[in-house]
Amino acid sequence: MLGVLFSGGKDSVFACYRAMQKETVACLITLVSENEDSYMFHTPNIRKTDLQADAMGLPLLSWPTKGEKEEELQDLKDAIATAKEMYGIEGIVTGAIESVYQAARVQRICRDLDLWCFNPLWQIDQIDYLRLLLSEGFQIIITGVFAYPFDSSWVGAELTQERIRKLEVLQKRYQINPSGEGGELETFVLDGPLFKKRINILRASKAYENYRGRLTIEDMRLEEK
Amino acid sequence: MILLVDLCYKKDSLSGYEFVHPIANILKRIEAPHGIVHYTGLHGDLLESAEKIILCGTALKDNAYCEQIGQFSWLKSYEKPVLGICAGMQIIGLAFGGEIVSQPTIGLEKIEIIRETPLLGEPRQIEGYHLHNFGVTMPDGFDLVAGVQQRAEAFSHCQRSIYGIIFHPEVRNRWIVERFANL
Repeated sequence: MLGVLFSGGKDSVFACYRAMQKETVACLITLVSENEDSYMFHTPNIRKTDLQADAMGLPLLSWPTKGEKEEELQDLKDAIATAKEMYGIEGIVTGAIESVYQAARVQRICRDLDLWCFNPLWQIDQIDYLRLLLSEGFQIIITGVFAYPFDSSWVGAELTQERIRKLEVLQKRYQINPSGEGGELETFVLDGPLFKKRINILRASKAYENYRGRLTIEDMRLEEK
Repeated sequence: MILLVDLCYKKDSLSGYEFVHPIANILKRIEAPHGIVHYTGLHGDLLESAEKIILCGTALKDNAYCEQIGQFSWLKSYEKPVLGICAGMQIIGLAFGGEIVSQPTIGLEKIEIIRETPLLGEPRQIEGYHLHNFGVTMPDGFDLVAGVQQRAEAFSHCQRSIYGIIFHPEVRNRWIVERFANL
């Protein structure tokens, strides 16, 4: 029985997908950060993870955090301890790829709480991974850009083969992480093989200035597949 | 063919993505032929056909391999190069008479290479990612390569190409796996 640290972005959704193929996922755990520059947690549209949890048919434990550097780690620990108590989880799953900062902190929390820790995307080749997401049938939109040279066309765009090709070029030219784990990009998953229903965005607003932009989802609903 | 031995709690586990696939991907990038086998499926023919063996790591809570040390008695007489990573280093240590000791470490730590070897090169300081609750004492017939006697970061067999490293080379030290492939 595992709990998945869940932001609603592609990495935590795909980590959840891999976990469901090998083990039983008992719940999703979302830290709702009030700090837009959180060190640990993906922030845009994080309050929308409840709809994704419904789409996946999994319970969601939503836990508030002010998102201040070390306190948010205590908040994360409290959230995981609560999930252990409520759902009887024996381990945690994360979508960490390269971030030693995130991975080491979650590993320490799991050790302190006597839980297993799984990172099924660890060190994955990022471009291969983006292509795998599409070939496995995930529908992903880019909900935030936070680095040069992303222009406004990226905000709200769907991840496609063409976008992946562009990311590959940007990786070579600017050393960006194509998966966006360095905070360059944020994503939101609308559909995938583990979704029983798909998400349709009805209304969203876009803001962009000086290589920073966000898509704020204002209304969305679940639709039959 | 380099044979990767999966030491995780069960065959084809969720941990395999984290501890076996990243090593396989390093070998794939340098086009080194390789295969993967779970330790419960290791047999003489596989050991015979492999050119080199890598014993991969496991999750922090996963120590099931320690209960199956009899599966690794072949190490004592194996003549081909072997690299043990974290849990794999513990297996090598145990097979050659060392003891498992509590040494919990998580995260990036400085590593002092004190002895030149074909695997890690000249003495110098590097940084490596650690993820272990246990280490292993220095077994007889092994030289300390990195760290201190009571806390070995790396060791090597005095006569054979058998190496153990307690840190994870797939994180920021892929060159170690590449160098092992080219030994």
